[in-house]
Amino acid sequence: MKDKKFLMKNLILGLLVILLIVFPLVTIKNAEFAGTDDRATEAIAQVDKNYKPWFEPIWEPPSGEIASLLFALQAAIGAGFLGYYIGLVKGRKNANR
Amino acid sequence: MKKWMLLTAFALLLIAPQIAYSMHIMEGFLPLKWCIIWDAASLPFVVVGLITINKKVKENPKLKMLLGFAGAFAFVLSALKIPSVTGSCSHPTGVGLGAILFGPFAMSVLGLIVLLFQALLLAHGGITTLGANTFSMAIVGPIASYYIFKGIKKAGGPNWLAVFLAASIGDLLTYVTTSFQLAIAFPAEVGGFTASFLKFMGIFAVTQVPLAISEGLLTVLVINMLSAYSKEELIELNVLEEEGKVV
Repeated sequence: MKDKKFLMKNLILGLLVILLIVFPLVTIKNAEFAGTDDRATEAIAQVDKNYKPWFEPIWEPPSGEIASLLFALQAAIGAGFLGYYIGLVKGRKNANR
Repeated sequence: MKKWMLLTAFALLLIAPQIAYSMHIMEGFLPLKWCIIWDAASLPFVVVGLITINKKVKENPKLKMLLGFAGAFAFVLSALKIPSVTGSCSHPTGVGLGAILFGPFAMSVLGLIVLLFQALLLAHGGITTLGANTFSMAIVGPIASYYIFKGIKKAGGPNWLAVFLAASIGDLLTYVTTSFQLAIAFPAEVGGFTASFLKFMGIFAVTQVPLAISEGLLTVLVINMLSAYSKEELIELNVLEEEGKVV
């Protein structure tokens, strides 16, 4: 019973996050959903027209696809470790029982 | 001759600045003076962070895994670019969890590692702006999270509320700091710092509000799981009392 309540609580939390993410996608029409940095770049240009970035990234992902790959990799590595840890401590707890 | 042209075109394509989506301050977009100031401001916190981590891990080597967990959480969350009500995208920081678990300074080191990874491999943020971005995401955010958590607990507030507000306000303050850093470097001709600050706040902080709420909810979820399965470590870190209530 306690387990069920625990699961429900976490499911609801996860569901709320999904709703928060989907809400802008559904409600805002014609939005670009570009990164906030792009808009910051525009804002800097408005404030100081003469400002030129004085340093370029040493290496950039050659395409949006490669950037997605690396971002997915970052999330996958992190998620892998999160899952490993929870599995480890859950197993340890069960073994101690 | 043709080969040369092709090669040059290819090289140009590689070098040409592309649209780099980053919610941190972009490479080269902070004047040198401010890069140095924020590097200098961040350094002592990172040193204290290293000392804290060393001490905690030496006292109890088992905590190493949980430290990795906190780092992994920040790694995942800062990779997820999420749409917001402003029609822009940004990403959460994930550093509130580590601050609640390991105190206000440990995340300065872990946050720096995440930022370095993104600056080098993803052209996200930057090397020149590393100090400024570390200051906002890995120093201001975690310190705020830690004290909000402790404050609400001290005032007798419920655990979930303390965790939720700590993580979400810490997340939000990171981007308020980013706005501050940009505004102080780029004051508007009319209205000066304040006008610029409001402008950047409108871009970064407003976009961040729903994401901050998401981060708060996810951090509550993760602390729930840790209190259920990893109780020993949480007691060791004084986050949980013996009977299982989050301190």
